[in-house]
Order: sequence, then structure tokens, then C-alpha cells
Amino acid sequence: MNRSRRLKLQIFRVIVLLVMGAFFLVPMGAMFEFSTRGNSATAPRTLEAWANIIKTPDLVDAIIASLELAAITSLAMLLLLLPTMVWVRLRLPRLNRIVEFLCLLPITIPAIALVVGLVEISRWIRINISDSILMLFLFYLVLVLPYSYRALDAGLAAIDIKTLSEAARSLGASWGIVILRVIVPNMSSAILNASVLAVAVVLGEYTFANLLAYVNLQVAIAYVGLTSATTSIAAALASLLFAFALLMILSFVGRPRRQRGVISAGKTLAPVQLVPAPPRTR
Amino acid sequence: MTSAGLPAVTDTAARPTWGGRRPPLTWLGVVPFFAYVGLFLLLPSAIIAAGSFVDKDGNVTFQNLTAIAQPYIIKSFVNSAVISVASALVGAIAGAILAYAVATGNPRGALRRVVTSASGVFAQFGGVTLVFAFIATLGTVGFVTVFLQDRGIDIFRNGVWLYELSGLTLIYTYFQIPLMVLVFMPALDGIRPQWREATESLGGSTWHYWRYVAGPLLAPAFLGCTLLLFANAFSAYATAAVLITQGGVIVPLQISNLFTSETGQAQPGLAKALALAMIVIVTIVMTLYTLLQRRTSRWLR
Repeated sequence: MNRSRRLKLQIFRVIVLLVMGAFFLVPMGAMFEFSTRGNSATAPRTLEAWANIIKTPDLVDAIIASLELAAITSLAMLLLLLPTMVWVRLRLPRLNRIVEFLCLLPITIPAIALVVGLVEISRWIRINISDSILMLFLFYLVLVLPYSYRALDAGLAAIDIKTLSEAARSLGASWGIVILRVIVPNMSSAILNASVLAVAVVLGEYTFANLLAYVNLQVAIAYVGLTSATTSIAAALASLLFAFALLMILSFVGRPRRQRGVISAGKTLAPVQLVPAPPRTR
Repeated sequence: MTSAGLPAVTDTAARPTWGGRRPPLTWLGVVPFFAYVGLFLLLPSAIIAAGSFVDKDGNVTFQNLTAIAQPYIIKSFVNSAVISVASALVGAIAGAILAYAVATGNPRGALRRVVTSASGVFAQFGGVTLVFAFIATLGTVGFVTVFLQDRGIDIFRNGVWLYELSGLTLIYTYFQIPLMVLVFMPALDGIRPQWREATESLGGSTWHYWRYVAGPLLAPAFLGCTLLLFANAFSAYATAAVLITQGGVIVPLQISNLFTSETGQAQPGLAKALALAMIVIVTIVMTLYTLLQRRTSRWLR
């Protein structure tokens, strides 16, 4: 590459990164600025809006509910998906394609469309099983299916589960032990990946909760926004930073494994959550 | 991800029992999964599909589908298409430029890691949060609005456009660009510097390189990713629901109006027909995306 072209490329890169950086960071800064405003234009900066988050009972309830839902959903996802995926790979390989197809199917069904079919099921659950918001986990499982499947699939592809399980079985381990004590420890980063993605999806979910008439975190934030813009912006920023922290931890936890030289140089270092599917939180 | 040897080996192991008595335990292992998927994915899909052809009294009808032809519904489809196409195009172009700026740098550098991680995070940005971020930025008393006003620039001289379709399109680009970076980067990584050198050694200019080498190679990937972004915007509901509080300007809002309707005007049949139409459109777009991705992966890696 000649010198003038290299210089031109550098200038191009700097300009692009500056413009994009501004486009993405200014709204974040603006949220912080907005959330610390006082009551009038001349009032001093205040953290009142942030304090209001915990003073608003609806918001606190919704935060707790969403955190519980996130934990339940990711646990249920692991319980449902992991044994099935291992089992299908080992004993029923002919079903592999069907399981994959079903797990990725939700990608082609917009959440707002799916919820139309779920409302009657939700009504039945509310009447016959429980009215609790925590029952939403049954629906959230569908939303996280494609992400979790891809994450776990990548983890299972990286280890030789056939040899591992045959070795364990020949030493007398039951299937439960094989999955819990042999396979799970060997794919811990994929499991972490799948769980964090599930948590991120659940914490940002609005469509299902709103249309099935449950108040989760996002619904509560939108609702508070009708009366106090500053409080809801503070809450939105807080929930956002929480999700950011989770996903950032994820993208750094996933790294040491790769640095051990499993993947050749030049191969993309993208975080493992790279899922070419439209996110489900909008 | 089945390795070539895996099915064969297990098949032979299972063969003796096949046709005779297959141990039922083997199949029991997948019952929970299929039961769940059947109840919460296939059943609702069936409810939507069946409900589209049934009227309020349970009679078979095509009325729900013909009702889509009403002007106000057609309008919402047009609006949905316009904002999806606009935000997909803007997102795809800007995202591709950003991806190129990153891909031309050190493949193991910090910049690349930060941008890809940040893209992963921003692409997950929830709709509600996004709306409040833009209200704080470009709302009537938003940070940027006020900042520019103090300098004599009124961005809302022709009315407040943030709460309309143009505002929605702008907000959509905020999640479209990072998604584009994530899905387009692998294609850019597949471009080898040798190809440029080869072009140059044959006397080709930068223009020739982009027009005859990199352009045609990247075109299917770019088109495919643009389709993905289209589907992404087309399916989005939360952003619009929080930003635009009244009326069914786009299809997702129309659906939620038709099925929750507070005035007792709920038309569940029509809501299901619209849901079905959305699923069909997104399925077609995603199928095209998959086909184009497959084409790209032929020369990638």
C-alpha cells in the first residue's frame, strides 16, 4: 500500500469513528444530563430522579419481577435445552435438524405477531395455573430459544461429547452425571453466554409483557415516563448500564479461551453473542 | 453441527432395536422439549393461522384477509415498509462503512474489540430505553435540542418530528448500524489483501478494485444483511409503541390496537390476519437472507 493511500485511509477511519462515536455516545450522555436536571432551567443539578427510582413502588416491584424472571428464564432455558441438545447429539442424531429448526423458528416470527397467538394460552394459564407475573417465563423461553441454541450449539461443537460421554458411561456414570459433571464443566463459557443473553433479552422485554397485561421493568419505565420523564430516563439508563455491564463481562470472560490459540490469528475476535438474528427486545 | 461420523456410528448402535422394540427411554429424553415447543411455539402459530380464517362466531371466512385491503391498514403496511426500508438502507450503508473502518485496522487490536463488543451491546438496546434516550437527546427539551437552540438553530422549526415516522426511522438506525457491523464484518474479513495487490499488478485503480473485485464479492453479503435489517425494523414494536402513543401508524401498532382495543372495538380475527401477514413477510425476507448468506459463505474462509 502506498503512503498517500494509507494516509487517506487513516483520515477516513478517524472521521468515521468520530462521527459514529458521537452518534452512539451523545444519547447516553444526554440521558445522564437529562436525569440530573432540577425542576427548572436554573435549578442546580440534582440526583433526585435517581432517588425517585427506589421511591416509586411500582418501579421497584417491576425491577424485582424482571430480575426474578431473568433468573428463572435462563435456568429453565438451560434445563430444557441442554439435556435435549446433548441427548439428540448422542442418541437421536436424526432429530438434530428438527430441533435446530424449531429453536431457530422464532426468528421468523415477530414478537408482536406471536403474542397474538399466545394471548389465549396466557389467559388459560392465568385462570388455571397462576396469575403471577413470573409465569411470563414460559413465553420468554420462546424468545431466547434462538440465541441460547446458537450459544450452546457453539459450545457443544467445540468439545467431543461423544468420547466424553462414552468414557463417563463406561466408568459407570448415569446420564445425569454425564451431563452435570462431565459435559457442563467443559462448556461453561457457552453456558454463561447463553444465560447472559437470556438475561439481557428478558430485562429488555416489553412486547409480551405489555400485550399480555403484565407490568415488567420496561412496561413500568414506559408507564412512569407518562408522569415523570426524568425518573423514567434515570431508570432506563440504570437498566441499560446493568445490561451493558452484563454483556461486557460476557465479551471479556469469553476471551481467555480464545487466547489459548484455539482460533488462528486473523479470525474474528467478535464477542460470542454474535447472533445474526434480530434482537427480541424491540 | 453433526460431525460426519456421529450419525453413522449411533445408527449402527441403534439398529438392532430399530423396527422391533426401541427402548422408549431414548425417546422420552426429548419429550419435554417437544412438548414445550409444541405448546408455546407451534400452538400459538396454529392459533394465528387458524384464527385468520375464522370470524367472531367461529365460522370459516376470508373476511379477515380481505379486510387487510382497507385503506387504513394498507397505509400502515406502506408506513411500515417505508421506515423499514429507510432505516435498513441507512443502517446498512453506515454500518458497512463503520465495519470497513474497523476491518482495515489491526485484526487483534483494542479498537476492533471495543467496536464489536459495543455493537453486540447496542444491537441489544431495548426499544423502551431507546425512546427515552432520544427524548433526552432530541426531545423538545432534549440535550442536543437545547444545545443547538442556544446557538440559534431550531431543529423543530417545521414542527416536532421526533414523535413521527421520521423520528422513528432515526431511532431505528441506532440499533440497525450495530447489527450491520456484527453481521457484515465476517464478509469484510473474507476479503484478502492479495486481491487488491493482484488488481494493482494488473494495472487496476482503486475504482477498478471496488467496481470489479470487492464490490461484486461483497454485494450478496451486503444485500443479505440489508434484508436482515429490514426484517429487524419491520418486526420492531416496543420502540414505536412508546414513542407514538396513538393510532396504528405501522403494522405492529395496528395489531396491538386491534387486539387490545380499549373502546371495545377489538377485532381478534383481523389482528391474527395481520400477524399472519407479518410472519409471511418476515419469513420470505429471512429466507432470502439465508440464501444470500449461503452464497457469501462459499468464498468466505
